[in-house]
Amino acid sequence: MSSLLRLATAGSVDDGKSTLVGRLLYDTKSVLADQLDAVTRASVDRGLSTPDLSLLVDGLRSEREQGITIDVAYRYFATPKRSFVLADTPGHVQYTRNTVTGASTAQLAVLLVDARNGVVEQTRRHAAVLALLGVPELVLAVNKIDLVDYDEATFEVIAKEFTDHAVSLGYPLGSVLSIPVSALVGDNVVTRSENTPWYTGPSLLHHLETVPAAPDPHEAPFRFPVQYVIRPRTPEHPDYRGYAGQVASGTVRPGDEVVVLPGGSRTTVERIDTADGSLEEAGSGSSVTVVLADDVDIARGDLIATATNPPRLTDEIEAALCWLATTPLKPGARVLLKHGAKTVQAFVETISARLDEQQLSAVDNPDTLELNDIGRVSIRTAEPLAVDDYGNSHRNGAFLVIDPPSGDTLAAGLIGAPLPAL
Amino acid sequence: MDRELMTTTDTYVPQIGDTRTNGNGTLTTQASIRQADLALDALESEGIHIFREVAGEFDRPVILFSGGKDSTLLLHLAIKAFWPAPVPFALLHVDTGHNFDEVIEFRDRVVEEHGLRLIVAKVQDWIDDGRLTERPDGIRNPLQTVPLLDTITEHKFDAVFGGGRRDEERARAKERIFSLRNAFGQWEPRRQRPELWNLYNGRHKPGEHVRVFPLSNWTEADVWNYIAREKIELPSIYYAHERDVYHRDGMWLTEGPWGGPREDEEVLHKTVRYRTVGDGSCTGAVESTASTVEEVIAEVMASRLTERGATRADDRLSEAAMEDRKREGYF
Repeated sequence: MSSLLRLATAGSVDDGKSTLVGRLLYDTKSVLADQLDAVTRASVDRGLSTPDLSLLVDGLRSEREQGITIDVAYRYFATPKRSFVLADTPGHVQYTRNTVTGASTAQLAVLLVDARNGVVEQTRRHAAVLALLGVPELVLAVNKIDLVDYDEATFEVIAKEFTDHAVSLGYPLGSVLSIPVSALVGDNVVTRSENTPWYTGPSLLHHLETVPAAPDPHEAPFRFPVQYVIRPRTPEHPDYRGYAGQVASGTVRPGDEVVVLPGGSRTTVERIDTADGSLEEAGSGSSVTVVLADDVDIARGDLIATATNPPRLTDEIEAALCWLATTPLKPGARVLLKHGAKTVQAFVETISARLDEQQLSAVDNPDTLELNDIGRVSIRTAEPLAVDDYGNSHRNGAFLVIDPPSGDTLAAGLIGAPLPAL
Repeated sequence: MDRELMTTTDTYVPQIGDTRTNGNGTLTTQASIRQADLALDALESEGIHIFREVAGEFDRPVILFSGGKDSTLLLHLAIKAFWPAPVPFALLHVDTGHNFDEVIEFRDRVVEEHGLRLIVAKVQDWIDDGRLTERPDGIRNPLQTVPLLDTITEHKFDAVFGGGRRDEERARAKERIFSLRNAFGQWEPRRQRPELWNLYNGRHKPGEHVRVFPLSNWTEADVWNYIAREKIELPSIYYAHERDVYHRDGMWLTEGPWGGPREDEEVLHKTVRYRTVGDGSCTGAVESTASTVEEVIAEVMASRLTERGATRADDRLSEAAMEDRKREGYF
């Protein structure tokens, strides 16, 4: 079990998401006296009788002025069982852009709904984006349960509707949990509430502490994008040559047979070095330096992979794109594509489908992809890339689309990912 | 190596004990210590990955290094990222002239030990030739922005590593790990690039640069636990010592080149330590007897005040003081 859980929260306007995050921070004692004093002062200034916990989270001047969350914010809290990195994503403006940014590395997502409104269109769309990104665990926090008099039947209807939706998106039943909460008063956030005796599941925090946290699809093959070649050329290390990177997926041990792509040379791993000594094994997420048995020509951007199950080498990519820029994408666009440690020129040949967000169905051959659209595209790259499908290796199946003149990030790409259509 | 790289034999190096405390101040089990260790491993790997991405994609990176705990940790990660090769970057210190002697001595010793190149931009030089004017309150932290930007321009630095953490302050909580700055060094919160997976986009136009924050996801507790685990040496003023101090704005300030007590402020001899190390005019000490790293960890865990709230006058200038400074090009 990982001890660091990365999670994202998402919800619609006024679902009380900032309040829930504020509650988690407050009840895990992650908020300190001076921060609370500042919130209390600001709340009094606004004529409120109790501290508005959302002010703990909404930090930018314009957010406080408008009373809304604008950008993804990162929050940190810890219990004796786990440390948490929480990406708090706003629901109303640019929700796809923000959800994708906050959830791309998330191992769990908490979706909020207002118990009085139940599952709304945006809840379904958020869940679809999370399914596309492959966030493995979903929690539905049915908030403001106090405002429906802690009614079990109301909760059950919402929970069933959401679970059915998540299952139809491909989630196994065991990966979806609905919890009745009141962020405002704290029901079932940190401890089980006496107001919901009919609810037998865990509190939100207890679930976050105990949920299995897989960093990547299970048993993914070894992938290692070379970020940097380490050649000290110092008197102590005149001939040292190591390949520095972070294991994208899988595991590597000395003696493993590997292939270096795109060149195709085969060799074996001689050592796995770190500044603290050599390792017997390095797994997904570890930053290490790999020393190979043979003298192979390797540069930044190359990929070292297991020889028994190598990625495919291709200059034709089919992918799902989350379009994040205000300028629309048109077929024929010339862009840059960053995959692993490699950036290449690329050409968008066709847009074969766009996800209709209302119906969650595919629209064939659209003219463009607009801001916050999700579509299916064919891309040709100037050089071959060693890729996996996103579903098999998140880190080796993901890429950025970059605008060459401005350098802006235009889109998140997921190789081989099907659109989350129903 | 080479945890020894960051330590020396002739100075005090705190040792980690068997116990740590959680947020409630109670002792934790060996199992939760192991959990905390795994979390530190993940943060360390993330930081090393970020250093290597910058080395691979930028022409002229520089590390902001003040000798404070966060920048010392930053340098420790950089050394690990490129071992056994030397760190391929220079260091930059924007010196307010109001620094503690212990910190400057430590800064220079670390630079010499590792054979690094240090560039010092002195705020005093900018004041002397009229490019900057001293503030009426004598606080020099906000004055660092202009020397920082001028030095970045002069040396054509395209990536600038900082030790900023998102848990420090609300505006920082919204900043990306790769934070694009325009030709005026300004941060524009509304125009941030989305940051996806571990794919960092460092592209920028001529004249622009990117601020890089490898410690973004660390908390104050993580920093101290890592300092203990890696046995990283820090300037002595982070640990309890005796000092003449006077009380102002809820903080214990000390006399120095930046000024001293007013007539109505009584000077007392106290046992104190510093939670942050910045400009002496606006950095306060806290009363403390924590003289080892594990005592500091216990104190940090039990503290009911944030480190900036407890010890930084410059953050109290307004509700959005940090955001405003960042928009102007501050760290």
